[in-house]
Amino acid sequence: MTLLEVKDLHVSFPTADGVVRAVRGVSFDVEPGRTLGIVGESGSGKTVLTQTLLGLTQGAEVDGSAVFEGTDLLSLTEDQMRSVRGARISVIFQDPLTSLHPLYRIGWQIAEMIRAHDKSVSKNEGRVRAIELLRRVGIPRPDSRVDDYPHQFSGGMRQRAMIAMALALEPKLIIADEPTTALDATVQAQILDLLLRLQQDLNTALIMITHDLGVVADIADDVMVMYAGRAAEKAPKREIFYAPHHPYTKGLLESIPSSSAAGGRLKPIPGTPPSLINLPSGCKFHPRCGYVLDQCLTEEPVLHPVAESGSHTSACWLPSAAAGLSARAEELREETVREQRGRQAAEVAAAASAELGVTAGDEGSAV
Amino acid sequence: MADEVLVRVENLVKYFPVKAGGFIRRTVGQVHAVDDVSLVIERGKTLGLVGETGSGKSTLARCVAGLIPVTSGRVMFQGTDITKLSRGAMRPLRREVQMIFQDPYSSLNPRRRVGAIIGDPFVIHKTATGAERKRQVQELMERVGLNPEHYNRFPAEFSGGQRQRIGVARALALRPKLIICDEPVSALDVSIQAQVLNLLSDLQHEFGLSYLFIAHDLEVVRHVSDKVAVMYLGRIGEAAPAEALYARPRHPYTVALLSAAPAADPDAAAARQRVILSGDVPSPIDPPAGCRFHPRCPKAETICGRVEPQLVPDDLVDQPENDGQSGSDARQSAADVPGGEHHVTACHFPVVPGERLASAAVAEGASAVKGEPS
Repeated sequence: MTLLEVKDLHVSFPTADGVVRAVRGVSFDVEPGRTLGIVGESGSGKTVLTQTLLGLTQGAEVDGSAVFEGTDLLSLTEDQMRSVRGARISVIFQDPLTSLHPLYRIGWQIAEMIRAHDKSVSKNEGRVRAIELLRRVGIPRPDSRVDDYPHQFSGGMRQRAMIAMALALEPKLIIADEPTTALDATVQAQILDLLLRLQQDLNTALIMITHDLGVVADIADDVMVMYAGRAAEKAPKREIFYAPHHPYTKGLLESIPSSSAAGGRLKPIPGTPPSLINLPSGCKFHPRCGYVLDQCLTEEPVLHPVAESGSHTSACWLPSAAAGLSARAEELREETVREQRGRQAAEVAAAASAELGVTAGDEGSAV
Repeated sequence: MADEVLVRVENLVKYFPVKAGGFIRRTVGQVHAVDDVSLVIERGKTLGLVGETGSGKSTLARCVAGLIPVTSGRVMFQGTDITKLSRGAMRPLRREVQMIFQDPYSSLNPRRRVGAIIGDPFVIHKTATGAERKRQVQELMERVGLNPEHYNRFPAEFSGGQRQRIGVARALALRPKLIICDEPVSALDVSIQAQVLNLLSDLQHEFGLSYLFIAHDLEVVRHVSDKVAVMYLGRIGEAAPAEALYARPRHPYTVALLSAAPAADPDAAAARQRVILSGDVPSPIDPPAGCRFHPRCPKAETICGRVEPQLVPDDLVDQPENDGQSGSDARQSAADVPGGEHHVTACHFPVVPGERLASAAVAEGASAVKGEPS
């Protein structure tokens, strides 16, 4: 049974400068015990998306549905939401220092969270459970560290404490919003390892929001790539990495420095992400895309299956067969561009490569 | 040989005093931020400096730039020891060494126009005025991929990547010989990061720049660097030409660091033997005796806690000491300094190719973090 089913979610924020359309029609499912990785750059809407599920977006106009264990999260009152948040769905934020209260002891904060949901737990029991949780997430000497203040913990230990808190009530779903971005590589490895292990033990579903494709490659089962408030591509992990269909996914993968391209030139995506107030027409990625077609300027593509399995979907007008990083796929993309690109689309493509300016002068355009 | 070297850092030490609270603020300890580090930066080349938070890499960079006084040791820039220079004598040298900072938001004054920010170096060093200054600034803007017509805009009107380009233009203004890049792309999105890295590499070729490139992202460092040095708790644990370091890491810390770096390749990630280090980096106020890495090292033995290993080239480590030439001091050549040609490692028991490091199971608590990747 599907644990969480989000359908056609829209979130926008009215501001003095105009309406910020942060999320524009996103649908996805999360199965129990599985990990969904949501990847995207700053401003792609990945954080707003998940915060909306928990009723944490104030002043937003929300539309769509998000059914979790049979109830629509978006229709809950604040009181009802409070009993879900923390107990059934919990969150781990990026910065563990700002998500812990600096003036209260770590153990007290974990116990408080347990007691807020279950009034029958005494202070003492809460403390005992906090110690047990800290032990579980690998804090050394938990019976003495439970009385420490957050500043006495290192960054990695604080994130462990946050994970302990998120696990306290054995939720069915954990949303981790860039949980390792503020941490060093070796500590990040520890935390990801811990999350994976706990997830297996408790059969918890995990939504992992990150901008780091390396983290996704490590722990996700399925991946959703977001761009300008929409899902650009959705697929099982291996297909995203080895047979990407959307040019944005492909661009992301190619702009990472990797061992195979050491010393050579990187292939960045030209330009910058669009303003969410003033979005481009048609496909929102077209001003940065190397494969613009005329259709891209006017019509926004929706997610459609690009592989026989049906689980790999992409919002791009390129033919389904043009998925992947192989020479054959590239040939097919260029062929499509030659056949279907008119003058207007060619101008957009030229502008995009000019945007890269001197830094990409030697690359030339796609054709 | 000497001409190839732009910067030579010799036994650099930088301690920061730890003061007691209260009325009389006496010094109660020292933060050993950089402890006896030597390295060279070659002309037109990039030395990558890798290390985690608190390893002292930024402090080292600041000492090289002459921004903070050193505790002891020398920083030789083109043969002149900059640590002994007066402020006045330092000034012409400041043109030669520039910095690019991590955060393109806090390193640009939000109330000043971009033209003024990039033009500042010309004003301070009195090298160009009036229309000439404006012309040079616009030339710089064009060179780093900014629209010169945006001369009068404020930093807030630019995106993160463009702001970092402003920082690059400012660093480039006085045609320096060395640019110290302190995490220049860490705050940027992947697609933008690649744009800035390409720009830095173009500029290096065009102007023959040397970079001291600090980053925690190992793939980024590998991509830009000719030589790489790995720092841990104020010391260099291993240094080598970039490819050698990544292909055959010898220090257990380097191995752990490399295995921890997430690779954007699911099959590689699944196949990798992760070395998960236990615990955290110890306090630099009271660094461990002997090898500083030994409390977290999966290979540590008793000698590691007593004797601090020195940086030795790998061909010496491989052979037993009775080599006939074991007077290693005599053998110390220029190539053995980090940033030189040799692969040097400070470890009693370096990792050999093919060796598998077990995850350290020496955590104090009940659960050493050890996992079976599925």
